[in-house]
Amino acid sequence: MAAKTQDTAVSEAKVREITFAQAINEALAEEMRRDPTVFIIGEDVAEAGTPFKVLSGLVKEFGTNRVIDSPISEAGIAGIGVGAAMTGMRPIVDIMFGDFLTLTMDQLVNQAAKIRYMSGGKLKVPLVLRTTLGAARRSAAQHSQSLHAWVSHIPGLKVVLPATPSDAKGLLKSAIRDDNPVVFFEDKMMYQLRGSVPAEEYTIPLGVADIKRTGTDITLVATSSMVQVALEAAGSLHEADISAEVIDVRTTVPLDKDTLIGSVRKTSRAIVIDEGYESYGVTAEIASVIAEGAFYYLDAPVRRMGAMDVPVPFSPVLEDQTVPTAEKVAELALGLCKNR
Amino acid sequence: MVQTKKKKSRGPKPVSVRDERWLHFYRQMVKIRLFEEEVNQLYLGAKMPGLAHLYIGEEAIAVGVCEALRQTDYITSTHRGHGHCIAKGATLDRMFSELLGKAAGYCRGKGGSMHIADQESGNLGANAIVGGSAGIATGAAMSARMRGTDQVAVCFFGDGALGQGLLYEAMNMAALWKLPVIYVCENNLYNEYTHYSETTAGRVSARAEAFDILTESIDGQDVKVVHTAALKCVAQARRGAGPSFILCNTYRFHGHHVGDIDRAYYRSKSEEEQWKSRRDPLKLLADWLKKNKMADAKALQAVENDISTEIKAAVNFALNAPYPEPEEVTQHVYA
Repeated sequence: MAAKTQDTAVSEAKVREITFAQAINEALAEEMRRDPTVFIIGEDVAEAGTPFKVLSGLVKEFGTNRVIDSPISEAGIAGIGVGAAMTGMRPIVDIMFGDFLTLTMDQLVNQAAKIRYMSGGKLKVPLVLRTTLGAARRSAAQHSQSLHAWVSHIPGLKVVLPATPSDAKGLLKSAIRDDNPVVFFEDKMMYQLRGSVPAEEYTIPLGVADIKRTGTDITLVATSSMVQVALEAAGSLHEADISAEVIDVRTTVPLDKDTLIGSVRKTSRAIVIDEGYESYGVTAEIASVIAEGAFYYLDAPVRRMGAMDVPVPFSPVLEDQTVPTAEKVAELALGLCKNR
Repeated sequence: MVQTKKKKSRGPKPVSVRDERWLHFYRQMVKIRLFEEEVNQLYLGAKMPGLAHLYIGEEAIAVGVCEALRQTDYITSTHRGHGHCIAKGATLDRMFSELLGKAAGYCRGKGGSMHIADQESGNLGANAIVGGSAGIATGAAMSARMRGTDQVAVCFFGDGALGQGLLYEAMNMAALWKLPVIYVCENNLYNEYTHYSETTAGRVSARAEAFDILTESIDGQDVKVVHTAALKCVAQARRGAGPSFILCNTYRFHGHHVGDIDRAYYRSKSEEEQWKSRRDPLKLLADWLKKNKMADAKALQAVENDISTEIKAAVNFALNAPYPEPEEVTQHVYA
């Protein structure tokens, strides 16, 4: 049942260490070279390369006709992206902060997500909307949210949440080639994370979870920013002689249910960790998928850890409490594994 | 797209569009009028599910604008969109089928009255979010330019959309980047059940002028006037000279939707009667055709008879067409 990453086998010699931001930049550049219909539109995407500098250098290679600085009009550029996607282009709309998704919601939810269905399968919307998530940058309540559950709720959208540089590159390339609207979330705190990335061409299909660490006692299911947290927790659990399996869902839509259920049937325990608000969020959906699919194998209730249900506060001592940490994950896991 | 006759005749008076083309305009307007009257009957006869927002009274706009377009040009439409679809070239049997939720409909019955899209005629779809297609039309125009074609896009919307911010975001970008898009505002005076003057500050045309967009404020009941403005705006868009805004002053003869029967609380019967008797776009064109001896009463009647027959056949086709298979409910969510 366990899914493997689909990275094409590459020789060790050709694997390099680059940052998450560089991986995103490479994916964009490669797809823009490969397909002239791919273009980028967003606020400060050209010379500025975004405030996170993720797009640095792209305008030099592709020019301002394909890396387009827009006004501060999130709904407008989302709508323009939808229209361009319906008529033969593959736009990549850059929404600087995930919090600003709220401004694009009609275009995403009522337009992009529904156009294929409403047209009886005649029209398609090959649009990628890149945006960010994650707290802990001291950016307060309007620049820190992880709103991927909002879009995961809507049939017709795909939702991608990479957690490593190599996943980011392979998944983004697939997202750009996909004929559906895809919302692609990047963790702001992860941009400088380094990791091995094959030098050769590869893609990672959407809808395949990745087992980031194998284990037998408990399954830690994590998304995006929480994958590193889960891996760190698994490391400390190992010290306590508990073998934790870490699964990165990679895409909430489509969701690789088989891999999640298969893992929990093996370990009998699960914690779902995600940086979205805990209530009515991604953790709830995944926990219920596990409960429905592995109920008779469970030795403990499936537990959830999301962001606290409060607006993200500014003060560091307050903000740091709101996001799950490796210590808290390990503590909860220890409790669940007591009667192992 | 509408059929254009290969042979062109010479009329008694030189006009910008040849005579038989004006008769074709009349045919298109009659087609919309009779289609909508049939929709009203279907709805009242409980044969049509859902909602129906009739375009009756506004026919000159859809026809005057779409006759200035090519099949490959794009339009986006509204919840009051049957007229735009027909004017851009949709066939009546597939339109009726969609309205009845049948598999033969343009969207296999999944869209219905408010979401008809027809890729083959360049119709990117009717949109039931007021102002919701302003970005889509502008994006289609941007796409046309990026792909190096001379296609243009027309965004139809009503006075209600003037309250939506998306429209101004899109118009700003269209003006900045000189995109080939024409914003056609059909001001039928009512945002649903509220007179637009109660919801709209300042002059409507000033909103487009603020972006330095070419703005035409016209009589939307006179198809010749509409067509002339459309030709000018389309030509400007095609030569890369940027967007335009046509404010068409018009009137919705029926209610907001077919169930909106009691309208006295927001507009008077006498107002409705005045528009119907003096400003009916079909009557205005018919009178002009007769006055200029381009068509006599007999010829106009023949057009109406033809269309009437076509409507009957189309509606019978739709009534007898099968519904989609239940399994189709999960199809077309993703490409």
